[in-house]
Amino acid sequence: MAVTGQVMILFVLIHVLGNSTLFVGGLNAYAEKLRSIPPLVWATRIVMLAMLIVHVYLSIRLTLENNRANPELYAVKKHLKATFASKNMIWTGLVIGAFLVYHLLHFTIHVINPEMSASMNVDALGRPDVSAMVIANFQTFSISLIYIAAMIALLLHLAHGIQSSFQTLGLNNDRMLPLIIKAGSIVAVILFMGYISIPAIIFLELIKG
Amino acid sequence: MDLTLYVWRQKGPEQPGRLEQYRAGNISAEMSFLEMLDVVNDDLIRKGVEPIAFDHDCREGICGTCSQVINGVPHGPEERTTVCQLHMRHFRDGDSIYIEPWRARAFPIIKDLIVDRSALDHLIQAGGYVSVHTGGVPDANAILISKPDADMSMDAAECIGCGACVAACPNGSAMLFTAAKVTQLAMLPQGRPEAKKRVCMMTEEMMKEGFGNCSNHYECQAACPKGIKVSFIAKLNREFIKAFDSHGE
Ligand code: HEM
Ligand code: FES
Repeated sequence: MAVTGQVMILFVLIHVLGNSTLFVGGLNAYAEKLRSIPPLVWATRIVMLAMLIVHVYLSIRLTLENNRANPELYAVKKHLKATFASKNMIWTGLVIGAFLVYHLLHFTIHVINPEMSASMNVDALGRPDVSAMVIANFQTFSISLIYIAAMIALLLHLAHGIQSSFQTLGLNNDRMLPLIIKAGSIVAVILFMGYISIPAIIFLELIKG
Repeated sequence: MDLTLYVWRQKGPEQPGRLEQYRAGNISAEMSFLEMLDVVNDDLIRKGVEPIAFDHDCREGICGTCSQVINGVPHGPEERTTVCQLHMRHFRDGDSIYIEPWRARAFPIIKDLIVDRSALDHLIQAGGYVSVHTGGVPDANAILISKPDADMSMDAAECIGCGACVAACPNGSAMLFTAAKVTQLAMLPQGRPEAKKRVCMMTEEMMKEGFGNCSNHYECQAACPKGIKVSFIAKLNREFIKAFDSHGE
């Protein structure tokens, strides 16, 4: 779980950097560049799919085993350290999973809102206009809302997940633990801000199409 | 002081249980929590009511027998304190106190507040030992052990096996207990030869006994009366990866 989680974190880190090329007007060029190296795109897709399948399979097994091991029978139970994030990993994970399906149908396969898709529109240089597609979509409140809600789930998932994966891999000791917990939350917040900045800024009309 | 207790009463493993309300009157602040229960039981016996069954032995915080979840926290509100060492001065006159047994699938209730913790013994039997040739006692300091290693081993050896970590864990996992035993032995040269086998056997036994998996909530460390730390779990994980690397010789 920790290995698959960390590989996926690597991906979301690169992905957010790629996305932010939108702000400097480089998204179309970035997308074009990626498309020109199909082996890279396909290798990433295959690796990510494999990671996701293993991660989800293990997560469901883990959750079922743990629920069975603790039937939650206490009349009064105080949690001293467990957080909302740590107790709801399966739910934030499933929200992310549902979002992934939506996100791919939306921006990759163009089944949702095909009229706004990049393959239908080209920019001045004749490249598929990914930038215009993103901007047009995020001007719709409901779409921005879906993306922001999903990123809240990702924020919670990683706020626990990052530090948890270090502990699981044994990369931890008394001195490092509080630092890793803090750093994990900070990285999760930075990723969250990075991702939501795009729909948020577009919806607030700070960038025009 | 006067207290209202809500205590889990259950006649036997198969019978349904429920919280019963009792009054604990005339409790002095100097009493330990178990002495308070002794007073309540005295009262119950006089009234012809079956006294509350609870586990206890040393009453000095070293045997790990006393096991009660008090107001939702194993061993009650004081940090690094067993129930037997918890004193009534930490409560106020008029308080309501909820007293429940350890709860986890691996710890079936025997009666009232007493649970069957043999699952922890089975974990020790699975690998929490070193195989030694008996005979003459070896000379002290014949095997040199660095101070930090000895300290880490001793810190892990503080575990009294009470099971509070399991009771506190949202997943009913015995990871902290197992990690303490694995670390205690893995840090010493005498424990190294069987280290790989030990970590594999003990983690496998955890699954068999019906304990859950560790998902790093760290509730166990917060509940542990001996301050056993989750860094030992990271150590267990490292030992496990090492064992895995060598294809489980
Ligand atoms: C369908 C999607 C997903 C589901 C159902 C899911 C579910 C879970 C569950 C149940 C856990 C373990 C919970 C626990 O420790 O209590 C977990 C851990 C974790 N997840 Fe996910 N997750 C999903 C997607 C993701 C993604 C996209 C990432 C990274 C970007 C991620 C990163 C992590 C990390 C780092 C951990 C901690 C691993 C460990 O401590 O060993 N997850 N996930
Ligand atoms: S009775 Fe021995 S530790 Fe509490």
